[in-house]
Amino acid sequence: MSTPHTSAAGQDWELVIGLEVHCQLRTRSKIFCGCATSFGEAPNVNTCPVCLGLPGALPVINDHAVALAVRASLALECTVHDESIFARKNYFYPDLPKGYQISQFDRPLATSGQVVIGRQADGSPRVIRVHRVHMEEDAGKSVHDRFPQASAIDLNRAGTPLVEIVSEPDIRSAAEAAAYARRLRQILEYADVSDANMEEGSLRVDVNISIRPVGTSALGTKTEIKNLNSFSAIERAVEIEFARQVAVLTSGGHIEQQTMLYDDKRNVVRPARSKEGSHDYRYFPDPDLPPLRVTEAERQAQRDALPELPEARRTRFARDYGLPEVDIEQLLASRLLADRFEILVKESGDARRAANWLLGPVLASVNASGRALDAHPVSLARLGALIRLEAAGDVSNTAARQLFTLLEQEDIEPRVLAEREGVLQVRDDSALVAWIDEVLAENPTEAARFVGGERKLQGVLVGLVMKKSKGAADPKKVNQLLAARAG
Amino acid sequence: MSRDSGLSALHAHSVDAAWAAYDRVQAGPEGLNAFLAIDRDARTAAPDGPLAGVPVAIKDNLATLRLPTTCGSRMLEGYVSPFEATAVRRLREAGAVVIGKTNMDEFAMGSSNENSAYGPVRNPLDPTRVPGGSSGGSAAAVAAGVVRVALGSETGGSVRQPAAFCGIVGIKPTYGRVSRYGLVAYASSLDNVGVFGSTVAEAALGLEIIAGHDRFDATSADVPVSSLVPTRESISGASPLAGLVVGVPREYFPDSLDADIAARCRRALDHLRSLGAEVREVSLPSTDLAIPVYYIIAPAEASSNLARYDGVRFGQRAAAEDLGPMYERTRSRGFGAEVKRRILLGTYVLSAGYYDAYYKRAQAVRAVIAQEFRAVFASGVDLLFTPTAPTPAFRLGEVSDPYAMYLSDIYTVTANLAGIPAMSQPIGRVRGMPVGGQFLAPAFAEARMIQAAAALERSLGSEAQQ
Repeated sequence: MSTPHTSAAGQDWELVIGLEVHCQLRTRSKIFCGCATSFGEAPNVNTCPVCLGLPGALPVINDHAVALAVRASLALECTVHDESIFARKNYFYPDLPKGYQISQFDRPLATSGQVVIGRQADGSPRVIRVHRVHMEEDAGKSVHDRFPQASAIDLNRAGTPLVEIVSEPDIRSAAEAAAYARRLRQILEYADVSDANMEEGSLRVDVNISIRPVGTSALGTKTEIKNLNSFSAIERAVEIEFARQVAVLTSGGHIEQQTMLYDDKRNVVRPARSKEGSHDYRYFPDPDLPPLRVTEAERQAQRDALPELPEARRTRFARDYGLPEVDIEQLLASRLLADRFEILVKESGDARRAANWLLGPVLASVNASGRALDAHPVSLARLGALIRLEAAGDVSNTAARQLFTLLEQEDIEPRVLAEREGVLQVRDDSALVAWIDEVLAENPTEAARFVGGERKLQGVLVGLVMKKSKGAADPKKVNQLLAARAG
Repeated sequence: MSRDSGLSALHAHSVDAAWAAYDRVQAGPEGLNAFLAIDRDARTAAPDGPLAGVPVAIKDNLATLRLPTTCGSRMLEGYVSPFEATAVRRLREAGAVVIGKTNMDEFAMGSSNENSAYGPVRNPLDPTRVPGGSSGGSAAAVAAGVVRVALGSETGGSVRQPAAFCGIVGIKPTYGRVSRYGLVAYASSLDNVGVFGSTVAEAALGLEIIAGHDRFDATSADVPVSSLVPTRESISGASPLAGLVVGVPREYFPDSLDADIAARCRRALDHLRSLGAEVREVSLPSTDLAIPVYYIIAPAEASSNLARYDGVRFGQRAAAEDLGPMYERTRSRGFGAEVKRRILLGTYVLSAGYYDAYYKRAQAVRAVIAQEFRAVFASGVDLLFTPTAPTPAFRLGEVSDPYAMYLSDIYTVTANLAGIPAMSQPIGRVRGMPVGGQFLAPAFAEARMIQAAAALERSLGSEAQQ
């Protein structure tokens, strides 16, 4: 990923991007009360005096949320601090019950991490630094389209635990912004701390974007784009905002610091209703919550709970399996897929075929059926056995695909199935020679020409042998045997 | 049991007696206006509990299930909490009968109880005078004999100062000693639930029952609660306070102090000496910074704590076409002048560019004040003794300047800033009105403080009312 720039009126501009990512932690209860975090309930069912902000209610930290936030921070290679401080972010909004959000401000949970988003031209890793990770509570939702004359408020989400992950302004292109968000999602999913689903809102990305003349180092005035609900939306919105800022500056204007919204349907970026920007949140330490302390033992427990992370796995897959980079990326896309790949390698003894099968027929079948990957009816043991048949040449590639489809209907040992279906390839010389003799006898003219040296007829004859064997003959051996007959 | 000897009057005071007293003093032009809501149907929930059948009154900023919780504000008129404060629940589970909710300065902001949206409370000893505040209703209810134990709350002296004004006992425990769950927040780092009693032993029993760790309050302390009611043996005999060192901080006895109040304090110190205590002058040099520090930190926290009164989910909502005007009208109409003053002050000191100059510096000075107390207690001083308030109860309407009113808490705010326990008890009268003497103790040394107070109470005898 190279440093991009565009040329406008003779000036080259560099993009400077930082991402703020909010990620819902996968806890059963909310961050400061015992209410469930379950999704899709009737409005305001998952509420109590604490998350409703009723007079006299007090927050108590959910230890599991802290554990997941620590794990997420460690997965992002951050330093997790012994002590961090919850602070109140004060502002009025109907879906913010207390009139303040409990967040962390000048003493966050963790700082100074990094995410590798790819390789540079020289093969070195492209690293985006993570500035900080802090914990906070989610707000509720305002519902404006349910009642004709009124807005409604659903506070089921209020108090859902979040981590906010703030990158340094290290990102230099729209593609890098999307790549960073993808890698982040991947890491959070691997660490098993979040569903990290952009469409469902469990992963929310805000992009801070500014531009500056190439070769300069001072930061320009930034705008913040919100409402980005897919990776491709991030990429498109950044391109649009980049072009807008370049146009403003090259025409002698100046960038106003403001919040922008991306409209996915119309593919435009427009200013949000101007209530942001000038906000003074009057942060101060929340007197209801003592400093959050994390011990080394607690950090170690979360370190131990971390699986092998995508970057380490990427290196190992390349080294151990010799797979093409594009396949590795696809396999790493989800932890489940990569885990299943590794099991399949063991079952089949063939990494390349395992990758091809998973990324090909298995994913196609999963996508077509809408089933989860781990709910696919063909077990990895069966699939491994099938791959072994194919690799040994006992069934042809085509036959293997047919057997796979049958295995989706019926759980049976692949070799037994292949025998029943008559697709086991015959490799026994005497049987093959008998078929060859028959074909040559039935086609004397072609046989004579072939034996006489007309090599190009070999393909025709192999085809006839295959036809006679009803596809059961091993074409490789038939070729060898026929070649030996030629003059 | 010697422990119960000081509690017989408490157990003799029935709910019926409470209602008889209530009917005598609450209403009418000279009525105390001490109660905002009553529950004539309340019965004991624990007939065998230590407070079985004992009538109690609860300040209206502690959440109760059967009665509204208004905090003395229009904003919460008619609001009934769906949950109960931990302190109230513990009293009920001990058998106490919650007969009513008491009047208070709006959201506990005030020192005279004149800031209630439901009218001022009168002092039972002189109806032309204030009972003190902000827990004026609870103090008046005890002083008038309606109940012998009541709950109040303290942020800067709101239990001790009205106890002093009304001639009763008021205890502010160590911060974290009593759960704040269900106490409607004013300034969370300073707020405490406190207890009023007709006697030291009665207040101590109330505290003993409500104290202790609560998992619903992250600032509640997980420190075991010892028995707090003093035994007869511990307060009688020749020198029950032998070995006790009582410090007298000179900053609490300025030349400007009311001479009669100073004289009552000197007499109380003589009693302490005669009980065997050693009295020693000490210094707490930063005492004069306590009021300015308090009036930065408390409003700052209040400005945030009171943001939830926005008309959206509960309480009163003013009609308006749009969100902004709804907020403005709801809060303009719902809050009284003193509450608005403190919200504005708090918003200012937290705002960008002023945070370091005000809030951060105030917290630094607060740490110094707390450290000075720790240093004095580490120097061999067991307790401190001071006047509770610089004046006796003043007349309704007499103090109108907010800053003059704030100075009424000059001797009490320090304990809230330092988080240490303190209590007020009657030590005599000045011009017919009661004077309070204050003990301050190291964190979690309530038992030591209460034992000394009980010994002093016994030694003073009828002098406490002279």
